[in-house]
Amino acid sequence: MTTTNSIIKVDDLQTSFFTHKGEIKAVDGVHFDVPAGKTLGLVGESGSGKSITSLSIMRLIESPGKIKGGSITFNGEDLLAKSEAEMRDIRGNQISMIFQEPMTSLNPVYTIGDQIAEAYQIHQGKTKKEALQKAVDMLELVGIPSPKARVKAYPHELSGGMRQRAMIAIALACNPQLLVADEPTTALDVTIQAQILRLINRLQDELGMSMLLITHDLGVVAETCDYVAVMYAGKIVEYADVNTLFSNPKHPYTVGLLKSLPRHDIDQEELEVIKGMVPRPDELPEGCRFAPRCPFATDLCRERLPDLEDLGEGNQVRCWIHTDQWNGPEVNVKDDYRSAEST
Amino acid sequence: MADTTVSASTVEKKRINPQIENFKNVWRKLRQNRLAMAGGFLIIFFCVAAVVGPWLTSNDPNMPNVSDRLQGPSGEYWFGTDHHGRDIFTRLVHGMSITLRIGISSVIVGGTVGVFLGIISGYYGGRIDAVIMRSMDVLLAFPSILLALGIVAVLGGSITNVIIAIAIFSIPVFARIVRGSTLAVRKLEYIDAVRALGASDARIIFLHILPNIVSPIIVQATLFIATAVLSATGLSFLGLGATPPTPEWGAMLADGRNYMWDHPHIALFPGLAIALVVLAFNLFGDGVRDALDPKLKS
Repeated sequence: MTTTNSIIKVDDLQTSFFTHKGEIKAVDGVHFDVPAGKTLGLVGESGSGKSITSLSIMRLIESPGKIKGGSITFNGEDLLAKSEAEMRDIRGNQISMIFQEPMTSLNPVYTIGDQIAEAYQIHQGKTKKEALQKAVDMLELVGIPSPKARVKAYPHELSGGMRQRAMIAIALACNPQLLVADEPTTALDVTIQAQILRLINRLQDELGMSMLLITHDLGVVAETCDYVAVMYAGKIVEYADVNTLFSNPKHPYTVGLLKSLPRHDIDQEELEVIKGMVPRPDELPEGCRFAPRCPFATDLCRERLPDLEDLGEGNQVRCWIHTDQWNGPEVNVKDDYRSAEST
Repeated sequence: MADTTVSASTVEKKRINPQIENFKNVWRKLRQNRLAMAGGFLIIFFCVAAVVGPWLTSNDPNMPNVSDRLQGPSGEYWFGTDHHGRDIFTRLVHGMSITLRIGISSVIVGGTVGVFLGIISGYYGGRIDAVIMRSMDVLLAFPSILLALGIVAVLGGSITNVIIAIAIFSIPVFARIVRGSTLAVRKLEYIDAVRALGASDARIIFLHILPNIVSPIIVQATLFIATAVLSATGLSFLGLGATPPTPEWGAMLADGRNYMWDHPHIALFPGLAIALVVLAFNLFGDGVRDALDPKLKS
């Protein structure tokens, strides 16, 4: 967050769902920015609010959901102040999105070419013929073999990996400045995942775009991201560059996530897990939201929510341990971490 | 790269729109359904008869011929004559186009409005949905023939007004079905994906949702033609549809009512014709529904 030259800046974003049970705060005061040309990974478990954050950026939150507060500044302009028509001009043109499920993200009744061409028709007013010609170029760019033939293929004729490439082609058709990728590889097999990630990285370099990558897979983060924001229960708990995050994680939750990765370098009988579940957004604990699952939690943690503290060098963490007010025993989060059960 | 060329050629070979491919499957299943095919052939037969029939009959459908009144079926008058001595067969053939015109145009008019309202309702939801669907419920609350009667009574009896009346009571039927299908389709990820691409609501509705919900619309349209024909003839039977001497089947049936005991053929043949058309569309519509229903794969 120290980089001044950021393409998008999300400040105190609050997105809530208003249901008959009352307000459910899915995203509660999220701050981050994506430096120009770089990739920010937004990491967290299911239900932590990652996808809602990305949909908020696209302004695609549907009723009963609502962006309640905060600001999203894209290229110096406040996206939350834009009209729906202005947003339509931005979507797919300056900010694009790729979705998790390549199997269902393409309309079954149109060819791949038609669907890529649609981006040009919407944003550049091209005729169908010109747009289809550009679609062939895009398919070539995303590495689909024999693009001239594939452009007339229907989604059901392509494999998952090919469809995700086609989705990427659609998203990148208008050369967006920011790509929001919501778990782009989760639905693919591991070998295809690596190909798609490499493709995204290559295109990002070639086209000079920034990326917000949403994932729960730390392996993907290590491979693609420059900076990482870790989300937990609607809040950012840690923000760091990718090297710092992996070498010197500060928040017990981040440490827990890293520990729960299977490792090949040591002999593990059992995989470490973070005990418990992400609290439901309608039953958030008072105090630190991770406290019920945290091995270091003290009364302070259970009573008061810590702020996101700046530790210097762009490293931020939301944890009492790293503040002056910490009154528990001296801990080194990374080395002393044991899952809550074993303490 | 050898496998690339192989896969490219397979793409070349099977490049068919899934909708068209789907319709091919539907056609295959439909062909196995004998009743549906019988209905289909009857519909084709009626359509052909409606177009070319009037040129092939030698008698005038509306000219009274007092000397030949109330004759039974014979070589000259195949289905006999009515109380004005008009040839019933000729009148039936001439009435065919009226019947089909009412059935088909009322479904086109009502279907278009109903599909539009249903898709808007399902897509936008919320208050728009509530307003549209509650108005549809109001329309549905009236028995259909009573509603049509009321509308024709207000507008005056003519074939156009019958079409309008039937179109109006078909609107909620289409709106409901389309709303349901729209609700299912709009939750799919590819709708989110085109929205994230910056597509306008109109583009999403007409280019992305509509093509994905045509199947239930086709089934409903086919089945509703039968209902429309029945209602239209019903209205004419009650004297609210076509004005005399138009050879409308319902009106002919009404004419025959007074001679039911002595000359049953006057009512019998129009009645049979109505029943056959309704049966044909119902059989065909049921067949199409079964063929389009992926759950009934044989």
